[in-house]
Amino acid sequence: MTEFAIELIGISKRFGTVLANSDVSMKIARGSIHGIIGENGAGKSTLMSILYGYYQADSGDIKVNGQDVRIRNSQEAINLGIGMVHQHFMLVDTFTVLENIVLGAEGGLVLQQGMEQAREHLKQLNRDYSLEVDPDAVVGDLGVGLQQRVEILKALYRGADVLILDEPTAVLTPQEADHLFRILRALKEQGKTVILITHKLREVMDITDGVTVMRAGTVVGNVVTADVDKEKLADLMVGRKVTLKVDKAAAKPGAAVLDVRGLGLTDERGVKLLDKLDFQVRAGEIVGIAGVSGNGQSELLEVLAGMLEPTEGEIRYKGEDLAKTRSGLPKAAAWRRKGIAHVPEDRSREGLVKAFSTFENAILGYQGDKSLSRRGLFSRKALLARTREFISQFDIRPGNPLLRVGLLSGGNQQKVVLAREIHANPDLLLIGQPTRGVDIGAIEFIHKRLVQLRDQGKAILLVSVELDEILALSDRILVMAGGQITGEVSAEEADTVSLGLLMGGHKH
Amino acid sequence: MPRWAQLTVLPALNLMAALLVTGLVTWFIGEDPWECLKLLVHGAFGYGEGIGYTLFYTTGFIFTGLAVATAFHAGLFNIGGEGQAYLAGLGVTLVVLAFDHTLPPIVLVPLCILAAMGFGAAWAFIPGWLQARRGSHIVVTTIMFNFIAYSLMLYLIGHHLIEAGSQNPTTREFGQNAWIPALHQVAAGMGVTLPSTPLNLTFVMALLACALFYLIVWHSRWGFQLRTVGVNESAARYAGMDVGKTIIIAMCVSGALSGFAAINELLGSTHRMNVAFTNGVGFVGIAVALMGRNHPVGIILSALLFGALTQGGLELSFEKPVITREMIIFIQGLIILFCGALENLFEPFIAGLFKRKDDK
Repeated sequence: MTEFAIELIGISKRFGTVLANSDVSMKIARGSIHGIIGENGAGKSTLMSILYGYYQADSGDIKVNGQDVRIRNSQEAINLGIGMVHQHFMLVDTFTVLENIVLGAEGGLVLQQGMEQAREHLKQLNRDYSLEVDPDAVVGDLGVGLQQRVEILKALYRGADVLILDEPTAVLTPQEADHLFRILRALKEQGKTVILITHKLREVMDITDGVTVMRAGTVVGNVVTADVDKEKLADLMVGRKVTLKVDKAAAKPGAAVLDVRGLGLTDERGVKLLDKLDFQVRAGEIVGIAGVSGNGQSELLEVLAGMLEPTEGEIRYKGEDLAKTRSGLPKAAAWRRKGIAHVPEDRSREGLVKAFSTFENAILGYQGDKSLSRRGLFSRKALLARTREFISQFDIRPGNPLLRVGLLSGGNQQKVVLAREIHANPDLLLIGQPTRGVDIGAIEFIHKRLVQLRDQGKAILLVSVELDEILALSDRILVMAGGQITGEVSAEEADTVSLGLLMGGHKH
Repeated sequence: MPRWAQLTVLPALNLMAALLVTGLVTWFIGEDPWECLKLLVHGAFGYGEGIGYTLFYTTGFIFTGLAVATAFHAGLFNIGGEGQAYLAGLGVTLVVLAFDHTLPPIVLVPLCILAAMGFGAAWAFIPGWLQARRGSHIVVTTIMFNFIAYSLMLYLIGHHLIEAGSQNPTTREFGQNAWIPALHQVAAGMGVTLPSTPLNLTFVMALLACALFYLIVWHSRWGFQLRTVGVNESAARYAGMDVGKTIIIAMCVSGALSGFAAINELLGSTHRMNVAFTNGVGFVGIAVALMGRNHPVGIILSALLFGALTQGGLELSFEKPVITREMIIFIQGLIILFCGALENLFEPFIAGLFKRKDDK
């Protein structure tokens, strides 16, 4: 036995013309927590998918506990003691925790026997790692944090000695994340090896023993965490100095542009997704909405953009009750014409049509603009000219308007959406997760652009699950939990701890 | 794999595979496959009349292919082209029976076309509305509507539209005012002699429809809307498009296009309506659209293939009694199987070849 649980030697993987991993090597010590950090598209997930048997490397070797292995599928990975907790949980909502854990490892034709054994085993695992999961709870009733622990249990139940976690804190409150980290430390004490994929520097600093920094498919550094600091890591990741803070002057808010009164949304099951919201967004300010995802922020954005019909309340835009406007157009189109632009949270599902070229995406939502058509047909010239303008203003790469937008990186896709929405010169910009899946270089650019807009006197409503982003950009911060606004904090007095508490539903 | 290869090499391979299997079957029933293939190709393209008939069948297939493609761009699988063409025939017949002795061709024919489009669209509207507003799956409803159309027409022709005193389930012959001129007649007017075939001016309309289809789908606002709804409904809703309305209109356009298949057959060729006049044109349209990848150029080419198969197959069955009409349908089925269902059968292999070439 060697001291390394996992060794990757010279791993390369190519997708078409893209080299996702190029000669990647790393050693992960047994019983350590190892971070893999890098921008989106740096090749972290590809690498882990190779380790977990989803992909085969084009070249390179993998050693598990010093033994050369070939991992052809995830079953082989599991047999080698490698477990993975995916970013999107692979659970059956209507099954109990126990049923979910046994799923795929039922142990024989008759369920009963295997179930009883599993229950015993589960009890022990629960105790060993203080996971605090009730085996008989229905998974759908559990919060995200608990569901994640079910995923961890699942991997452990299958005998994982090496646990890979892919961006595990993306969906957690700070408190839940702390709990997760306690569990990970307990795992480490029991001699398990943990691999943590993340792009959050703070987490790496808090919990890992060693870090591998990846950039553009290659390893740019294998370091011991204790020897580096946040700034140094960020520097390695991006390859140049970045400012994590956004320089901005104090806001000079003007008249209220958006005035929301008693806004409510109840779904068919009677669940209150939005519960009597009251707030304003004034010209020249950025109002940030903090909250763990799934607490009503997405619905709020869709209601304000005219995509969802609220069940009660009033939305006033520049003094006008929006519900009373009649235009014969769908609301989303009518409101957009009035100057409400919307950068949706989920750009690949809503903000873009991935199968379309960049120039077609550059007019999505604005396809009715008179300047784009001549005698009923699109003027290709006008479309291309507009797209080229976006490309040069927002430094979109590659700068080919005919390229399918799905082939662009996340950051460049987001720039297309942003360029399009800003081009319309809106008075109110609704923006959700502006930098989700966007690399650090582009984050900086997008943040600057938003502050610039604010300084031009636009009203901006920002929804983000990234607290750092909310803190960096907002002039005022509203916190949402369970469909309600649980508190308002001014930017100066806000910090992650107080916001975290509000996000957990503790009212001020 | 480069796009040109996707559009040429793969369909060609699929077609070859279908022909190979057909050849085996032909050999199995005791015929010489090579000779049969020669007969088939000669029947379809070997002489003037054959070409005329091939293009006549192609005309109908182009329209139903475009119809399926229109719905497909909106993300809808319209299986109901057959029923829509059938009902369009009813619209045409009603107009003709009412006016063929009073209105001049210049008024009557456009009126018939409008009726065909209207009836076809109306028959597609109901499944479209049900899909958009009630979520009833379009595949199920359009299949059902084919049956309803068939039964309805059987009843109407058998009990009301049948020629007085006739035993055949068919209407009386249409007055000449309702005939769309055949191409050989038009050519004769210009001093060119073409063999006498049912190929008529509807063929020209089919080519125009292809050009219009291209412009509208890829270069107009509505086409943009159509395609957005088809590939990403959430994005369409985000962009302020009325998804339900787009679906309904797409279905209506699809039905209207199917209606032209009835025009081609009734006003261009038979000049009367009989019970089985659609003869599967709507179903072949599905294969045509699939194989033509919902692009007008592809649709013209695959419609030509199916037109040739229909015509060449008929000739073949005259020459070789062992090879029946069913055999030809069998071949069409194989082509659909290889080009539609097994579309990507050879893709990994061919993609591998191209990859190796790139690496060098």
